[in-house]
Amino acid sequence: MSHEQETHRPESYGMIAEFDSPETLMAAAEKTRDAGYSRIDAYSSFPIEGMVEALGQKRTGLPKLILLFGFIGMCTGLFLQGWTAASNLGITIGPYMFYGYSMNIGGRPMLSFPNFIPVTFELTILFSALAAFFGTFILSKLPMPYHPLFNSERFSLASQDKFFLCIEARDPQYEKGKTEEFLEGLNPDSIEEIGH
Amino acid sequence: MADRSHIKGSLDAGSGSSSGKLTPSYLDPDYRVFGDGMTYKSVTDKVTDIVLKLKTSKGWWLGFGISFMALQVLVISIIYLLIKGPGIWGVNNPSMWGFAIINFVWWIGIGHAGTLISAILLLVQQDWRTSINRFAEAMTVFAVMCAGLFPLLHVGRPWLAYWMLPYPSTMGIWPQFRSPLLWDVFAISTYLTVSVLFWYLGLVPDLATLRDRAVKKAKKVIYGFLALGWRGSAKHWDRFTTAYLILAGLSTPLVLSVHSIVSLDFAVSNLPGWHTTIFPPYFVAGAVYSGFAMVLTVMIPVRHVFGLHDILTLRHLNNMSKVMLAMGLVVAYGYAMEAFFAFYSGGQYEIQAFQNRVFGPYGWSYWALILCNVAIPQLLWFRRFRVTLVPLWMISNIINIGMWLERYVIVITLTRDFMTSSWGYYVPTIWDWSLYLGTFGLFFTCTFLFIRFLPMINVFEMRELIHHVKHHEHHDKAGHGTEVEVSH
Repeated sequence: MSHEQETHRPESYGMIAEFDSPETLMAAAEKTRDAGYSRIDAYSSFPIEGMVEALGQKRTGLPKLILLFGFIGMCTGLFLQGWTAASNLGITIGPYMFYGYSMNIGGRPMLSFPNFIPVTFELTILFSALAAFFGTFILSKLPMPYHPLFNSERFSLASQDKFFLCIEARDPQYEKGKTEEFLEGLNPDSIEEIGH
Repeated sequence: MADRSHIKGSLDAGSGSSSGKLTPSYLDPDYRVFGDGMTYKSVTDKVTDIVLKLKTSKGWWLGFGISFMALQVLVISIIYLLIKGPGIWGVNNPSMWGFAIINFVWWIGIGHAGTLISAILLLVQQDWRTSINRFAEAMTVFAVMCAGLFPLLHVGRPWLAYWMLPYPSTMGIWPQFRSPLLWDVFAISTYLTVSVLFWYLGLVPDLATLRDRAVKKAKKVIYGFLALGWRGSAKHWDRFTTAYLILAGLSTPLVLSVHSIVSLDFAVSNLPGWHTTIFPPYFVAGAVYSGFAMVLTVMIPVRHVFGLHDILTLRHLNNMSKVMLAMGLVVAYGYAMEAFFAFYSGGQYEIQAFQNRVFGPYGWSYWALILCNVAIPQLLWFRRFRVTLVPLWMISNIINIGMWLERYVIVITLTRDFMTSSWGYYVPTIWDWSLYLGTFGLFFTCTFLFIRFLPMINVFEMRELIHHVKHHEHHDKAGHGTEVEVSH
């Protein structure tokens, strides 16, 4: 795959069309999707509901990842407390051996679960939150200091008040002249080809 | 985020509209959440210009200067404390907690408004929160920083504070997981972490806007670095909004757990006046109460100085006052129940602790507390006090003081325990006061830096809100059109 991409590296990154409102962008995205383009993306300065579907893409699977990490956090909390406060179990990690140290506090049972709830709860939240935060950026391949789109002067308005649709050059249907013609048919405010 | 298109300003439904028909409350001039004619561009310009273009004002330098000096007071207080030890404070036996714990609980409570505004109001789809959440979240982070200092210093040897963490040590023992004080370590550190993540996540798209609007190279580079290369792709927004909503969902139980755990520091101990089940809910309500008061205390002047009347409208102040009033009533109920159960328990120590609280040597603080937290805030029943800036600002300050007094009254209960022979009296020293003053320095220094260098209003959410309102206006007109046709 990667070899192929290197040999057939497209000359440009793609072509962007500028729109004035979320509604026109959405309509344009739907038309582009229906025209059979698949490597497309829409850029806006605020989240627009239904845009991912309009682009013909799937919603993110992030919630499952967060749930998984929340579960890991819960298990960590329960294990940490059960091991260190209710057992004398030795665990070997590398050259080291760590022991639990069960303590009788006020005659409570060793596995005193009501007392273990707060820490378990906090760790569940902590792990989920870390997964949500880092998941968002890692799945989006951010941080990415350079991106071809930043070469465009107009594109700096994407974070302000303009809306852009991009057809990427790696799209199998991408052909410079034809794609430009297609984009023009969507009535954008401007069209620009983006270099690498 | 999520679907907000069906919101009709449920907080104000009915009262917002004079003509009797169901108008979305933000179309009603009295209840709008931003001024006339705001567009994507004007709201972007207005907020980012404060950071990028506005000359640093004399007022900012003055405020920052005073805060920075107060911060030095904190530094000196801590250095002297580290040299001499907690003996420089007024704490004694039996009153071992003193200012450190009072201030800790107070600051943590202030932080909770940020999470409430940004998370809970997001989940219940209260759009008006949009222009205040960023500021409130920043306040949360700074307030938790201030709060965290106190228990850390109160342990006496803060350089050994890491002993509280569960790490495999050569001593062979582990933290005591059955103690509320250890729960605090987990709760506060999780709370600080999650608050920072939530705040930063929301900042990233706005930092990208700043990067794209910045003219000077240095600003472009710094904001560009912080924006992590955000470019507003639909796929990224999808992950972003999902994560943002889930973080809000996680923060909501978190914020309730944090102050509940803080209250368990008191309630789990077998002390009369502390050992009650009402503590967690009434601590949480108190936290929200003081938090909203602090948000108003800080935001009313900021709104005035930066001319943010279009973005922070009277509706925001009105709504925040209403939340404050409601929380004040919950807190008042808490005080009443404390009194009731002290006598209902029939326990002589409980009754004696309550009598001490009200008529004892610190009785003045109890009555001042009732005055500040219960009596004066009743003025908020009147609309005039909710939307007139000066009285509202004064009431918020009074609530801040009242909530501090509440924690004072609770902590001071320690001075008189079961045996008269061990009764004592607690007087804070100058070092107690200087440390407290110093944390204001830390809080306001951070706040001033935040105002100057980061967008204090959530710009992308404002744009989203404008989009929704436009959408609504459009639908609203269409809806009325059909109505007319039908009646013909």
